Amino acid sequence: MTKTVNNRAWLFVLPVFAIVAFSAVLPLMTVVNYSVQDTFGNNQFFWNGIGWFQELLDPSTELGGRFFDALWRTLLFSAIILMIEVPLGIAVALSMPREGWPVALCLVLMALPLLIPWNVVGTIWQVFARSDIGLLGWIVNHLGIDYNYTNDSLDAWVTLVVMDVWHWTSLVALLCYAGLKSIPDAYYQAARIDGASRWAIFRTIQLPKMRRVLLIAVLLRFMDSFMIYTEPFVITGGGPGNATTFLSIDLVKLALGQFDLGKAAAMSLVYNLIILAICWLFYTVMTNVDAERERVEA
Amino acid sequence: MTGTMAVGASETKPIAAPMAANRALSGPRVSGRVVVMTLYLLFLMLPIYWLLNMSLKTNMEITSGLTLWPREITFDNYVKIFTDASWYSGYINSLTYVVINTVLSISFALPAAYAFSRYRFLGDKHLFFWLLTNRMAPPAVFALPFFNLYSAIGLFDTPWAVALAHCLFNVPLAVWILEGFMSGVPREIDETAAIDGYSFPRFFLKIFMPLIASGIGVAAFFCFMFSWVELLLARTLTSVNAKPIAATMTRTISAAGMDWGLLAAAGVLTIVPGALVIWFVRNYIAKGFALGRV
Repeated sequence: MTKTVNNRAWLFVLPVFAIVAFSAVLPLMTVVNYSVQDTFGNNQFFWNGIGWFQELLDPSTELGGRFFDALWRTLLFSAIILMIEVPLGIAVALSMPREGWPVALCLVLMALPLLIPWNVVGTIWQVFARSDIGLLGWIVNHLGIDYNYTNDSLDAWVTLVVMDVWHWTSLVALLCYAGLKSIPDAYYQAARIDGASRWAIFRTIQLPKMRRVLLIAVLLRFMDSFMIYTEPFVITGGGPGNATTFLSIDLVKLALGQFDLGKAAAMSLVYNLIILAICWLFYTVMTNVDAERERVEA
Repeated sequence: MTGTMAVGASETKPIAAPMAANRALSGPRVSGRVVVMTLYLLFLMLPIYWLLNMSLKTNMEITSGLTLWPREITFDNYVKIFTDASWYSGYINSLTYVVINTVLSISFALPAAYAFSRYRFLGDKHLFFWLLTNRMAPPAVFALPFFNLYSAIGLFDTPWAVALAHCLFNVPLAVWILEGFMSGVPREIDETAAIDGYSFPRFFLKIFMPLIASGIGVAAFFCFMFSWVELLLARTLTSVNAKPIAATMTRTISAAGMDWGLLAAAGVLTIVPGALVIWFVRNYIAKGFALGRV
């Protein structure tokens, strides 16, 4: 479908532009403002130039070390999450029932964790993983494995990863399911006539058809795990020690806990720029995939 | 989902072909698929069951030992929530800002999505990308500036502050989803309506909106969902009068010295609105998650 060029379309976009600019640009300007100033309290600010940024990006300083530690932790967490949730989501999507009421039932049950407020998700797992009153913690401990997510950093990580898999795998699965539903039956018939194996069908028909939705899934999962805050805050509070202090948690500690506005603002901006860069990368890949698909279909 | 329609349509044709295709697809692995699905659903439901289980127990029973189901079912925890204003007002506050936000997001996003789906204009791609980045911006970055901003304009501690703040990520999302659905409607419909003498607003309301009704439903579902589950901004922007239920929960645990049963009951009640909404949109969920563009 070719679109007509019409600059008056801006009139339609203007309200959205206004409301998002009000919510995004104004606050961001405040952040920029704080990031180049220092304060001794009493609302007296003075110019600090790029001082905070230099400190932040230098791992040898206290602030810089803390920032890079949190950054690596967050990246590691996102990587683990993607490596588990994407294959698992595909497997679940392939296991969806074909038709009838089981489809609706599975869809509703799968979507349920997605609509639970994030701190309630945290609470659920905080309780579920406790060794005294939680089913999971109790079972694991009775299997003879010493498990306590408030003391042991590895246990804390495992708890958070399992929690996130529980919370978000359905999103990947639902996206993949939507992609699978768009494959015409004729493709499968052709594959059957050719005597294609189950694996060949997956590799050459299902996976390519899912590529676009998988991209969306990876994008959403990466972004949301990269800015995860509420669940670890509720479950571990960033501990034990700093073991699960992800970027968002560190940022909120810095900004609302210590009221180190300059440092927090500089950190916010760098954090935002990282997200922006990755987002741009995904967007470019996605538009390229789209263009390619249109060329193929044309 | 279109799948159910397709199944219905194929009943007039010989049904053997799709069935055979399905068999080719699943082969002897039918049991394997059922096992995967059952295990996955079990994994999803266990923690929720545990919460429900706890909410029906007394605190005595919870702390005295592990029981797989409540020995004596008690509804005291629920009664307390429904009779104590400091508890149930939290639900009302949450639902208020969620509804305001959903209405705002959809009504702002509709014309913009139309523009993106039908026209090319100066800076359209950049604008679309910029909108998308706001969906991806970490709320933690915005918590403090939002606090300053909404305090300055006197909206702090009102549902409007939270509703407007959530527009930051819900408006771009709604534009994205609606644009996908609108692109699926052929342009010829716009042109035919114009030839038939429909003015643009009348065309949009009477003809176009019914055509993308499912898209609007899906977009509304997503706005509802992301506004309902978000807590960081909602908690930062409210103190007493508009405090969301999720924040009420965290506050009361520490004050009451771990009232597990009450906490669990409040948690169960936060799941209910989501479950209801899912039930209504279940046939569109999968397509909606693909943002209307599979």
